[in-house]
Amino acid sequence: MMQLTNRSMQVAKKELTLMERLYFPAIIKGMLITLSHLFKRKATIKYPDQTRELSAVYRGQHVLKRDEAGAERCTACGLCAVACPAEAITMESAERKKGEESMYREEKYAKIYEINMLRCIFCGLCEEACPKEAIFLTDRIVPSSFTRGEEVFGKDKLVETVEHRVDVTKRQTPEVLDFKTDKKHYHNQTFLDKKK
Amino acid sequence: MTDSMLIYKIILCVIVFAVSLGAAAYMTWGERKLAAWLQDRVGPNRAGPLGLLQPIADGIKMIFKEEMIPTHSNRWLFILGPCFFMLCACMTGVVIPWGAGWEAGGTIFPMQVTDINIGLLYLLGVVSIGVYGVMIGGWASNNKYSLLGALRASSQMISYEVAMGLALIALVMMTGTLSLKEIVAQQDQGLSYVVYQPLGFIIFIICAFAETNRAPFDLPECESELVGGYHTEYSSMKLGFFLFAEYINMFISSAIMASLYFGGYNFPFQHELGLDGNLLTAVQTAVFFGKIFIFIFVFMWVRWTLPRFRYDQLMNLGWKVLLPLAIANIIITGFVMLFMGKLG
Repeated sequence: MMQLTNRSMQVAKKELTLMERLYFPAIIKGMLITLSHLFKRKATIKYPDQTRELSAVYRGQHVLKRDEAGAERCTACGLCAVACPAEAITMESAERKKGEESMYREEKYAKIYEINMLRCIFCGLCEEACPKEAIFLTDRIVPSSFTRGEEVFGKDKLVETVEHRVDVTKRQTPEVLDFKTDKKHYHNQTFLDKKK
Repeated sequence: MTDSMLIYKIILCVIVFAVSLGAAAYMTWGERKLAAWLQDRVGPNRAGPLGLLQPIADGIKMIFKEEMIPTHSNRWLFILGPCFFMLCACMTGVVIPWGAGWEAGGTIFPMQVTDINIGLLYLLGVVSIGVYGVMIGGWASNNKYSLLGALRASSQMISYEVAMGLALIALVMMTGTLSLKEIVAQQDQGLSYVVYQPLGFIIFIICAFAETNRAPFDLPECESELVGGYHTEYSSMKLGFFLFAEYINMFISSAIMASLYFGGYNFPFQHELGLDGNLLTAVQTAVFFGKIFIFIFVFMWVRWTLPRFRYDQLMNLGWKVLLPLAIANIIITGFVMLFMGKLG
């Protein structure tokens, strides 16, 4: 018979030996395997009581930072939304009125700033794109909810309060800051630049 | 029978009933825990310490769930099924000797509700009747899955009962009695019957797995094929009764295996310990329960190790392997007894 492929194999239908037909040795072997699992360390993390140790640079729920004086850093430039590969960020900008200087750092601010946590893939590109050091990913886990609507986080959930600042020093290390300010890094150069 | 004995028997009856129900309840917890441990999980741990209140929570849930009786079912038979199954499961506990008996005021109170001289036959009979509960339940549900489950249960039980009975005949040839109390008493000194009847014991334990519908013989209620088998249509406490009775059956099977083949409440060097009377009885009962729990552990351990048989494999094993083996066992036992001169 012509061979269509060279993947075909000769199948041997071999008779079971007496030991195999007795069935008991195999059963005992299997039972010893399960018994050994009885004494193994359990893989479960009892979540509400125990939490998994997160890495120092874990990328969880976002925070919109305020500056030292307590004014919002975000100026609604939209770079994060442009950078977002999942298109999870939407915003609407507004002009700062007189007397609001303590609330918003720059003349323009985000009136609405929404991140759809169901779309977000927690890649951290928004954070990288932000020129104002306003958005950061934190080690907080996004809580689950009963409706899709609840998963669209607005400014009420994203902006940190003046009293309870969210610590982002683990992600905003001097190296990161340096990296973000220096636009002449190797990977930012064009193909032609590299050639020179 | 004196009045005090009658009262004692009634109390003992209630205790046996309560213990087997309690054991069954905590076996559901044990099963879930053990299943979890064998699969590297934690198991129920929310209700009470170590999840120990889980059976109570399950029971309350079962009772308060909505009770459904399908319109096309045979209403009375539908109700009768689980009740009958439960009744048969509870009836078996009365002939098992839970201990030697304790002495108070000159009379000996046996730790056995009734010592009928055909104890073993009674057990086999009641266990056989138990299948009617499953059959009635499956038939009355008027559902093809239930009916298939019931059919499988009844044919499986009938097939394996034959081998089970024949395995016991070899044992009875040696003991010369059907009374469980005497069989256990014969193992007071010397070796247990498992040493003389290893093949018989293996046949018996395999048949016990099949009789209690436990994996790898759980075809009557396989969730993956028959959506629960004979109890597909059942809900609330009627479902609870079916599940519960199965655990009681398991408990009783373990007790029977422990008393027939592993010396019941006897343990090695029991008379050398220097314990007397009631204290010895207490220790013996504890030892008996220890043996029962080892068997229950084996039941559960096997369930979480072996996959289910195919139906033809089940029938082949029952009729073509276990039955000839059981008959061979009888013949071998007979010859050995003949040559050892034990045959009266």
